[in-house]
Amino acid sequence: MSDKLSNDVAITDRKKRPFEKLFYSVIYLLSGCVLALVIYFIAIILIRGLPALSLSFLTSAPNPIQQTIGIFPSIVNTLYIIFFTLLCCIPIGVGGAIYLNEYAKNKRLVSAIEFATETLSGVPSILYGVFGYVVFCLLFGFKVSLIAGILTLTIMVLPIMIRTTQEALKSVPVSYREGALGMGATKWYMVRTILLPSSLKGILTGIILSIGRMVSESAALLLTAGGSAMYMPKGSLWDQLSSSGSTLSVELYRYAYSRGDNETAFGIAAVLILIVILLNLLTRFIAGRLNTQ
Amino acid sequence: MNEVETQNKVKIHTKNLDLFYGDVHALKDVNLDIQSHNVTALIGPSGCGKSTYLKTLNRMNDTIDGVKITGDVFLDNENVYGKGVDVTILRKKVGMVFQSPNPFPMSIYDNITYGPRMHGVKKRIELDEIVEKSLKGAAIWDEVKDRMKKSALSLSGGQQQRLCIARALATQPDVLLMDEPTSALDPISTTKIEELIAELKKNYSIVIVTHNMQQAARISDDTAFFLLGELIENHKTETIFSSPQDKRTEDYITGRFG
Ligand SMILES: Nc1ncnc2c1ncn2[C@@H]1O[C@H](COP(=O)(O)OP(=O)(O)OP(=O)(O)O)[C@@H](O)[C@H]1O
Ligand SMILES: [Mg+2]
Repeated sequence: MSDKLSNDVAITDRKKRPFEKLFYSVIYLLSGCVLALVIYFIAIILIRGLPALSLSFLTSAPNPIQQTIGIFPSIVNTLYIIFFTLLCCIPIGVGGAIYLNEYAKNKRLVSAIEFATETLSGVPSILYGVFGYVVFCLLFGFKVSLIAGILTLTIMVLPIMIRTTQEALKSVPVSYREGALGMGATKWYMVRTILLPSSLKGILTGIILSIGRMVSESAALLLTAGGSAMYMPKGSLWDQLSSSGSTLSVELYRYAYSRGDNETAFGIAAVLILIVILLNLLTRFIAGRLNTQ
Repeated sequence: MNEVETQNKVKIHTKNLDLFYGDVHALKDVNLDIQSHNVTALIGPSGCGKSTYLKTLNRMNDTIDGVKITGDVFLDNENVYGKGVDVTILRKKVGMVFQSPNPFPMSIYDNITYGPRMHGVKKRIELDEIVEKSLKGAAIWDEVKDRMKKSALSLSGGQQQRLCIARALATQPDVLLMDEPTSALDPISTTKIEELIAELKKNYSIVIVTHNMQQAARISDDTAFFLLGELIENHKTETIFSSPQDKRTEDYITGRFG
């Protein structure tokens, strides 16, 4: 018998575990670094960006004659794109994930689709841009418009929605399903009353990730939705959606890169960060409300 | 119906039932009748196919990949594996309590009303009534009556199992399948559940899996002994325990193996 297993030791006689200590220090240090970086990053953007913000900057369109800059049209475009893309990709993504996980019988096909979604989520966004341009703008005749941008982004974030929802569904214990089916629930009733509520958190993560991806997208939108937003939105919703327009990220790229106007770029960045934070809070709030029902 | 008639009616008739999980031959040519308004105990060593047999009665094996079933199960003369069977109706009639407690991640109240709501009960008064009756039936009412809105997952293991029994009662099945319902319970709750089973048998037909020989002897009318997927023998419980026909049954119930 090894004397390592001897019980001839007091339980108060604490062992020294230098490696464990080191391990913890490294972990704390790294988490500290990450946190500091994030704070620094947000702080820099807000400090440099907030002074550029003014009421007219937020509520007007750019005016080349008076040489004023306004980002209202791109704020509206950004919100349209986020809202309508989510409207398309949540039902398709969640529905697709439910189908793949709960209904599809052909396991081979399912793993092929899973492989495809995984691959697609790693494809550079410019390829989605080219695809969207060829298919939605030219083939479907939507021209360069918000609609074409929305459809392109839907395809782009769909893999994210499907993957996160699938992961969430997989983590629901089999015994819950058995319990519901064992009482005579139909599959769809079980999905609705047990699976969806239990995987709400995962779906929420998918939505937040998707919003992040949409907000940060520039390449794909530049090609499909357009590269500038010069005019205040007008006309019916359909008119607005079928005309071209840039989102905040695209504008940001334009000001920072093509014009070297860093003040405006930081202003837009600050607005973007605020929008992302607000949307994440809103999503959480809505999910919380759904959960308590 | 008079006493004699109810006692002799066959509720479930199993004929030449074979079941494979892929290559594993889990049930081998099982022929067994379950009497109406009786308690039938299934006994046998671990892995002999008791849970598997139980699940063939309400087709819960259907949901597992790679299961192959041949033979027939009749419920009141209707073939459970026949054409055009609606498993949701079957499972409403043949309720089940699983081997390990599986309350849903929702409130105690919502757990109990899950089945009734699904089957269309909407009125609050009716639901309240069902909840109270089911929880009392499963001997857990006193422990939870003041915390109906609390999550069912906050209950202890034994309480969860009784909640699941109450949940199964709430859909008012005809047949109740219970897979070791008391294996996680303390003696007091076990006694309560056993009393409940005696009570339920007036209205339900009960099939119960148990590893506890005293329990089988105490509560069941008929006992079936399984070994390695085969039904070795089934008889009146007194007969099985006093004069088993098969040497293997005797060895098992006297604790010589298993
Ligand atoms: N889903 C499954 N897939 C493959 N084999 C299974 C599955 N479920 C059960 N089996 C096998 O079928 C046989 C019978 O299992 P079953 O669960 O019916 O036993 P049991 O009599 O209920 O045992 P216990 O008393 O331990 O609960 C075992 O050999 C088991 O390994
Ligand atoms: Mg079992």
